[in-house]
Amino acid sequence: MTMRSEDSVLDHYQAMELAVSALMIDKGYFTEADMVAEIDAMAKRTPDIGAAVVARAWTDPDFKARLLADGTAACESIDLDMGPTRLMVVESTETVHNVIVCTLCSCFPRMLMGIPPDWYKSKEYRSRVVREPRVVLKEFGTEPGADVDVRVHDNSADMRYLVLPRRPEGTDGMSQDELAKLVTRDAMIGVKIVEAP
Amino acid sequence: MSDAGRMHHDMGGRDAGPVDQGGHSHPEWEKRVDALMMLLSNNKRRLIGVDELRRGIEELGAENYSKMTYYERWVSSITHNLLEKGIISSDELGRKMAEVEDAARAGGEKD
Amino acid sequence: MARFAPGDNVTVRRAFPPGHVRTPYYIRGKTGSIAHVLDSFANPEELAFGRNGLPKRPLYRVRFAQSRVWADYSGPAGDTIDVELYEHWLESEEIT
Repeated sequence: MTMRSEDSVLDHYQAMELAVSALMIDKGYFTEADMVAEIDAMAKRTPDIGAAVVARAWTDPDFKARLLADGTAACESIDLDMGPTRLMVVESTETVHNVIVCTLCSCFPRMLMGIPPDWYKSKEYRSRVVREPRVVLKEFGTEPGADVDVRVHDNSADMRYLVLPRRPEGTDGMSQDELAKLVTRDAMIGVKIVEAP
Repeated sequence: MSDAGRMHHDMGGRDAGPVDQGGHSHPEWEKRVDALMMLLSNNKRRLIGVDELRRGIEELGAENYSKMTYYERWVSSITHNLLEKGIISSDELGRKMAEVEDAARAGGEKD
Repeated sequence: MARFAPGDNVTVRRAFPPGHVRTPYYIRGKTGSIAHVLDSFANPEELAFGRNGLPKRPLYRVRFAQSRVWADYSGPAGDTIDVELYEHWLESEEIT
């Protein structure tokens, strides 16, 4: 849905963004080149980064221990730019299945995953996954057993959460790169599991 | 739970329908809003804090919050914060928005 | 200096102020236990209004049994929800 004044070709909010950006550039707060550089940097942040972290944790027990103790420090130790992110990595196991939400807004570990999917920001997900997580997980095709604790994490404050999903069966001997290809964004949010190859 | 005292953005536990798992392609203007937010709030400038930006969205009120898209809310909050801080004025914003719209009308449909 | 330690039982204060509050509505008045003592951060309730939010306040991950949060929770007893909560929203739960 767009809002246009009578004979405008531009959406009201698009015009607002263009005008605000132009004014800030005119006033010298930043340049158009800064804007382009930021857009380019954002484009490079995709779930592939998180997937590589997961694959490394699956194959390197020392890294995994450090990742679970201090997510930001562990990622910085492998030369990832974490910006201001304070990362908490939560491990899914045989007995615990983790799932992440930000009920208050849309907090998400963007430095490792890029922008969150639309559904993560939706009122339906934010309202329901805290209260009926198993019903929501089932909508995504994920059904942890009754003997598995479903643990929801609400990003209500300053940390950002990433799920370290379970390594699937039949992946022994796979390289880190091959393993990383199996790890999806949705598995690192916790609404899906990592499928066996 | 009577919900008195619950603010609209504070959604955990509300009744809601199924989650629409589809996405949408991310047009240029949305990327620019993300970039604008980063540039204003990063350590280099710290013009507006992320908490101020979130509060700006929360203050839109329930009806606006529901009607507006995610990025419309963000650009509104960014703009209101800049106005509140006197970094831009309504007068210059209004003039620039008209200028931008004139340019778009002259140049044909924008994305 | 953090007031609470992992394992401590805490109750979230039942207060409903306007302003920018990062304590979700659904968790107010509920009792859980400290899962993790996080770092201290500037208070977002103050940062939201352009103030510096100092002194920093301890932040905790608090774990709640879902059955104690929702009267109609339908999942197994082991299901939990972790919420990040600031110390000034937490009160010690007395065990009688």
